[in-house]
Amino acid sequence: MFQPDLADIRFGCGLSPRLSPPQSVGEMLAGLTGPDQMAQDFPIESFDQFRHRIVEFNIARKGSRQNRGTDKGAEFDLQRKALVKSAKAAYTGFVRDSLLRRIHTETGFRERLSFFWADHFTAHGKVMIIKWSTSPYVQDAIRPHISGKFEDLLIAAVTHPLMLSYLDQNISVGPNSTGALRQKTKRGLNENLAREVLELHTLGVGGPYTQDDVRQLAELFTGLSYKQTGEFVYKAHLAEPGPETILGKSYGGRKGRLEDIHAALRDLARHPATAKHIARKLAQHFVADSPSEALVHALETAYRDTEGDLTAVYTALLEHPDSWAPALANVKQPLTFMASAFRALDIGQTRLKRTRDKDLRNMIYIPLQIMGQPWEKPGGPDGWPEENNHWITPQFMAARLQWALAVPQALRKSLPDPRDFAKNALGDLLPQDVAFAAGAAENRWEGVALVLTSPAFQRQ
Amino acid sequence: MASSISRRGFLGQAAILGCSAAASPLLTPISMAAVPGDRRLVVIILRGGMDGIDALRPWGDVDFAKYRPQLAKDRPSALQLDAFYGVHPGLEKLMPLWTKGELAFVQATSTPYRNKRSHFDGQDLLEAGTVELAPLGRRDGWLNRMMPHLKGAEERTAFALGREDMLVLRGDAPVSNWSPEVDLTLSPQGLRLLELVMQGDPQMGAAMAEAVALAGSDGDGVAFDMDAGEMMAEMQADAAEARRGKTTHKIADFAADQLRADSRIVSFSLGGWDTHAQQHRTLNRPLAQLSDTILRLRDRLGGDVWQMTTVLCMTEFGRTVRENGTMGTDHGTGGTMIIAGGAVQGGRVLGRWPGLEEAELFDRRDLMPTSDIRAWAAWAMHDSFGLSRSVLEQEIFGGLEMGSTPGLLL
Repeated sequence: MFQPDLADIRFGCGLSPRLSPPQSVGEMLAGLTGPDQMAQDFPIESFDQFRHRIVEFNIARKGSRQNRGTDKGAEFDLQRKALVKSAKAAYTGFVRDSLLRRIHTETGFRERLSFFWADHFTAHGKVMIIKWSTSPYVQDAIRPHISGKFEDLLIAAVTHPLMLSYLDQNISVGPNSTGALRQKTKRGLNENLAREVLELHTLGVGGPYTQDDVRQLAELFTGLSYKQTGEFVYKAHLAEPGPETILGKSYGGRKGRLEDIHAALRDLARHPATAKHIARKLAQHFVADSPSEALVHALETAYRDTEGDLTAVYTALLEHPDSWAPALANVKQPLTFMASAFRALDIGQTRLKRTRDKDLRNMIYIPLQIMGQPWEKPGGPDGWPEENNHWITPQFMAARLQWALAVPQALRKSLPDPRDFAKNALGDLLPQDVAFAAGAAENRWEGVALVLTSPAFQRQ
Repeated sequence: MASSISRRGFLGQAAILGCSAAASPLLTPISMAAVPGDRRLVVIILRGGMDGIDALRPWGDVDFAKYRPQLAKDRPSALQLDAFYGVHPGLEKLMPLWTKGELAFVQATSTPYRNKRSHFDGQDLLEAGTVELAPLGRRDGWLNRMMPHLKGAEERTAFALGREDMLVLRGDAPVSNWSPEVDLTLSPQGLRLLELVMQGDPQMGAAMAEAVALAGSDGDGVAFDMDAGEMMAEMQADAAEARRGKTTHKIADFAADQLRADSRIVSFSLGGWDTHAQQHRTLNRPLAQLSDTILRLRDRLGGDVWQMTTVLCMTEFGRTVRENGTMGTDHGTGGTMIIAGGAVQGGRVLGRWPGLEEAELFDRRDLMPTSDIRAWAAWAMHDSFGLSRSVLEQEIFGGLEMGSTPGLLL
């Protein structure tokens, strides 16, 4: 059953030498609904703040193009470069603050859930400036909704400008909309977002939908867009005249309305196939690649009984005996591995803030890429694989070992005694062979690296 | 872990063995078994759905230009293959291969995947080589299922390369995985201790053992005493290389080196094919990267080995025949396969052209597949390694009909 150290390792951000792990399931759940202390201590811009950079960048770029070869053009060009620089610096700050949240949190489950849902609703920008806005998107669309109703999270994520941009919804136009009929160059439908909403976000690929449902949902989605300022807007004049039929139910009328899109999303959120899909994915992420049917069923039931109240689903998860099985089944994904290493090493706020951006790239971004998990950039909208087999490969294991040898010593004035470090990092779960290896290592950095690459630390 | 370890006992044992790198099972040199023949097979998975009729353009079909007012505009004669076909400018560098008979295309081909048009299931089905997808976690790949049928095959015979998970080589048969951008250095003592902490975890231990062996295979050994500064400098150098985007080159080079030695099968993937918008700009980069990769493989393999080599470039599906509203194309069905190599009987476009009239399209939107892409892979395996038809049709590609031989290889 519940065990504090296991709780922090499996459901939180790992053990810290300074902060004590949660003492009960109740405390873990309360941590989700209380004030978001980490967001206050390590603030990350909201997308509303961030999007001003996009606007200013577009003005500067346009100005530089229109005034090419003149002093005015050169001035615009300098502005453009300064904006890129400042957005990049902000982005580096997001990485720092995200890691600091994991190092300092006393409600680690919240950080893990934010990551889980940000991954479920993977979105990132594809061009200049907006490509650095994933953290602001997560800040706005994901983090405030992780313990509420799934349908509210779904609507917030799916209608967010970054998602609309990532899955091409903003350029999809109803072919028979008044807007399209008026235009000279013909623009049309793009199915990308509609398909992923059904396949990835709600029903799951095995779910009861057809190509027709994809098409109809794509037609219903037309009009979801954003202004040049990066603000969400519903453009009714680009909406395909309805009604549209999705999974046998009709939505909307001739004139497009945002409410109809919300209604369809709510129905998708409450669908039994969605309950099953979400239940399984959560169980896989937190417990094991092949969770027991009993565990999945418990989560699914909680979801269905409450029409997708996520706190009820988490309660079912944390109260299930499978969640406290002593054997560590899942391997940590690279970010969780790296952040839990920082937490165990108690890398301080000033140290991380003082590290130059260039060094941070070499110590964090590039190693994450080589471990297979580039920062906020999974290969596709399906996010990161959950299966251990994906992560436990020679190249990824080598990348973790290489990192564990080099980086801790670069980020700390002096490394801890490996024997103490082993106790702090693994607590009650410290295996004897790891304790031995930590003590037998020839030098501190190898001792620390051996603890970090041990299966006991790499699994959760 | 047994409770009997003591520091002295452990170190005593290490001293007897001289604490040498060679004594560690993590460093046991891999023995090379008999190599199964001289033919080489490279499978490149093009992730994202390459637009087959933009890569290989059916200029001779009168309907082509109608569906693609923006994308089918230019027809430079330098890119003309024959009376019917031209290629995308991104493939221009491969034209000498076409002339030499070392490049072929398969038109209108696809996996058995229909209707849902998901990248992820589409890729998994392409790599699984089956008609239906097994449940997640129980999927394996057709290249892996081939391995037990190769005489003398062992782990090093096949390599999956790069950061991507290559399902096509995943399965029960042992194969090698590596990302050539990683390097490792650990003291001999550190290596022995690493082996110790990995003992209780066979999966992680096996991966780590392979990592140590492969990191040492590039000539600079793993077991080496470094100080902290050197360690950091080495990692930074590796990171800088990865940042400069040299990874694809490294993969091609590593692949060629392995194939020149004892490996016979290599697979890796190239991305960037999901061209939903502005395709006239976005398709050029991945096609050029593919061309570079093929040419780099050829150059590094050298004439004799290149003559033994077949490169199959396969994607999960083609794209819609019509341009979409954003000057791109959406997920479709029938697509194009690219085959290169000195072993190939090239200079040909294989398969049957289905036509582009609306009634001839799949679902009235996609190019109608006229062949199963698995059959072309099967003939390449048949001609390369002498696998029997029944093994290919039943055991490797459950329920495939290969049809009559296309005479794929020389």
